[in-house]
Amino acid sequence: MTTLLYTEVEEELRAAVRDLLADACPHSAVLARIESAAPYDGDLWKALARDIGAAGLLVPEELGGAGASAREAAVVLEELGRAVAPVPFLTSAVVATRALLAARTAGPGEVVDDLLRRLASGEATAALAVSLAASPYRRVGAEVTYEPADGDAAVVSGRVAGVAGAEIADVLLVPARLPERDESALIAVETGERGVEITPVTSLDLTRPVAMVSLGSARGRIVARGVGADAGGSIVGEALRFGAGLLASEQLGLAEWCLAATVAYVKERRQFARPVGSFQAVKHRLADLWLEIGGARAAARNAAGALADGDPGTAVPGPVAVAVAVAVAQAHCADVAVHAAEECVQLHGGIGMTWEHPAHLYLKRAKADQIAFGAPGEHRAALAGLVDVPAPV
Amino acid sequence: MTADATWNEAAVRERARAFLAANDPAAMDRLDFLRARFDAGLAWVHFPEGLGGLGAPRELQAVVESELRGTPDNRPGRIGIGLGMAAPTILAFGTDEQKRRFLRPLWTGEEVWCQLFSEPGAGSDLASLATRAVRDGDEWVVDGQKVWTSVAHTARWAIMVARTDPDVPKHRGLTYFVCDMRAPGVEVRPLRQITGEAEFNEVFLTGVRLPDSLRLGAIGDGWRVAQATLMNERVAIGAASGRRTMIDVVCETWRSRPELRTHDLHQRLLRLWVEAEVLRLTGARLREQLAAGRPGPEGSGMKLSFARLHQELSGLEVELLGEEGLAYDDWTFRRPETVDFVGREAGYRYLRAKGNSIEGGTSEILRNVIAERVLGLPSEPRADKDIPWKEVPR
Ligand SMILES: Cc1cc2nc3c(=O)[nH]c(=O)nc-3n(C[C@H](O)[C@H](O)[C@H](O)COP(=O)(O)OP(=O)(O)OC[C@H]3O[C@@H](n4cnc5c(N)ncnc54)[C@H](O)[C@@H]3O)c2cc1C
Repeated sequence: MTTLLYTEVEEELRAAVRDLLADACPHSAVLARIESAAPYDGDLWKALARDIGAAGLLVPEELGGAGASAREAAVVLEELGRAVAPVPFLTSAVVATRALLAARTAGPGEVVDDLLRRLASGEATAALAVSLAASPYRRVGAEVTYEPADGDAAVVSGRVAGVAGAEIADVLLVPARLPERDESALIAVETGERGVEITPVTSLDLTRPVAMVSLGSARGRIVARGVGADAGGSIVGEALRFGAGLLASEQLGLAEWCLAATVAYVKERRQFARPVGSFQAVKHRLADLWLEIGGARAAARNAAGALADGDPGTAVPGPVAVAVAVAVAQAHCADVAVHAAEECVQLHGGIGMTWEHPAHLYLKRAKADQIAFGAPGEHRAALAGLVDVPAPV
Repeated sequence: MTADATWNEAAVRERARAFLAANDPAAMDRLDFLRARFDAGLAWVHFPEGLGGLGAPRELQAVVESELRGTPDNRPGRIGIGLGMAAPTILAFGTDEQKRRFLRPLWTGEEVWCQLFSEPGAGSDLASLATRAVRDGDEWVVDGQKVWTSVAHTARWAIMVARTDPDVPKHRGLTYFVCDMRAPGVEVRPLRQITGEAEFNEVFLTGVRLPDSLRLGAIGDGWRVAQATLMNERVAIGAASGRRTMIDVVCETWRSRPELRTHDLHQRLLRLWVEAEVLRLTGARLREQLAAGRPGPEGSGMKLSFARLHQELSGLEVELLGEEGLAYDDWTFRRPETVDFVGREAGYRYLRAKGNSIEGGTSEILRNVIAERVLGLPSEPRADKDIPWKEVPR
């Protein structure tokens, strides 16, 4: 059985990420950046790639990566969540990388290996061109079509709304279908190509804004064929499930920060000649939140472990175990992060409503994360089938 | 070398097999088998040698249980208070003589234990209790009333806290005793519960004489000893929550009775399924931490989460049954020996689960504990903290 604890190596990785973020990503810097023209912090991302090897964490060593597993990526996400860091780790180093790794398993080729090398070195950043709200349970890619050109080349057209990390991406991985055929492909399109338009959307989450991606006969190279026919088992579906499972660790980090910041505040803040944290109405809410977060830690670790080696200790053995671990983690952690951020705002009183205080960054991220890769209700609905709790007939 | 290092999985397995080879349960009296098992150190392997254990790491108990599966057990449901609370307290605070006298029949189930803590005037505020124990030569004379005492009617012994010094603040004047439930002056009366039966009792103590050899821990140190008991109580209740019984019960009904399903119940059941799984994982993680020698504060939360989950699931089960939920299996005023949670029907489970957030520390008190001891939030103002117990207004 995999462990639900953190290994020493993971704790060292955590410490390194945390140190770097403490220096390079204080709340003041995040607050200053959110309304700027560059909402994603390219310098911080480079530092994470260079100093920690974060960009290539999941990429095999022979392609210049660290060859690490979902467990290590999860620890990085906890820390990035804790800092609401505006970097494309989840979108590029986790989801897009996982799509490429799945494509490599399905059919190795130079195109994929080249891309993975570029991502691992930090030289390029990628984004899977699907909505952040896409889930592993729904088919994606129906909006975009392609036409094969010479060799691996293809010409892609269509629009995808709600793409996270697109603004800072050098490469888009676009799921597209052949018109009037039941064939589909994952196509890598450089964002510098003619016909590629990325339009930022005013986003709820200021630290991971989404964009509209428009492709007008943009040239790209086919990375994998046959995706999308069965979204759940496909390359894209697998990448989304991987993202959903690891997002739970980001949600855990967000929630932990919210609880710690709130506890610290209510110990200091005095009203009625007492710290407000001595009032039982406040204490009990924080105790409940602490309990929820303890559960989130177990569920997030379990999902990361399941994704790392497909052998989680879930109650349901067999091939559905990974899917169950992910669905449980998202169904629980998404709501815990939102609850933590909401309590953080409420228990800070007026200061919690200000733009100047970082609480809103967490609230917005947590709320957007709740929708990302399938809302909790969608994961629960999936569980109905996975663990045999069927709907009424 | 530490005791832990001597025992590994293989050595314990070997020991269990050798024991079984020498003691055939089919050819032996049940109690003789259990006594032999205790003497072989296979009762609770983390206890010291000579006291039913091997001084081995606690998690190796699972190896013993799997090797001895199918052999007579000590009916843990009947002796939960002894196993979960009295035993660890006796082990931690008892004299050698007390350990030798009490632990073996406690574990074999020959002697049932109960817990004489709560009183009509002292529940959550246990330290305010009023039962008096007055020294008389080599004896103590106990007078007072205890209440909500589970299984007092089957108990041979009790763990009990009494006030030995009313002139100091409440926490300091308490002493911990083993009470002989057969001593003259101990009167046990059933208290009927909302389930119809009487698991618990009220216990009147009138001039009960206990030898000083039944004192557990130092005079005046009762609060500290009681804390150890209560911690073990919560761990014991929380550990049970690693099992998924209640969710399995409801899911079984759900699967086999499609005509009962509604969309609303489906949504709620899926939520609770997730909660049950998260709690199971939390428990698994906690056990890993314990095994690694890094106990986390999560333990104090398990009982609280377990109570809420149990209550919601048992409530949903009654609702799911619809018209059948209007019936109740049996209101007969009985005095059961065990809590038969799965053997009874939905209505019973619903009602009995209500006790989960009261027994062993209410959920409100547990939230206080988490807020103050884990999160470090300031405590409530306490009016009675520094004044002698007898001067506290009541
Ligand atoms: C099924 C069952 C079995 C039991 N078995 C035993 C047993 O074997 N031995 C034994 O000694 N006891 C036993 N008990 C007693 C149990 O430990 C007490 O009932 C419990 O500690 C609560 O005490 P109380 O009943 O006096 O309630 P009270 O302490 O009077 O509490 C009443 C309400 O006030 C709340 N409250 C109290 N103080 C605070 C506070 N500071 N902050 C916020 N809320 C507060 C409580 O949470 C509760 O909701 C059992 C109880 C039950 C239900």
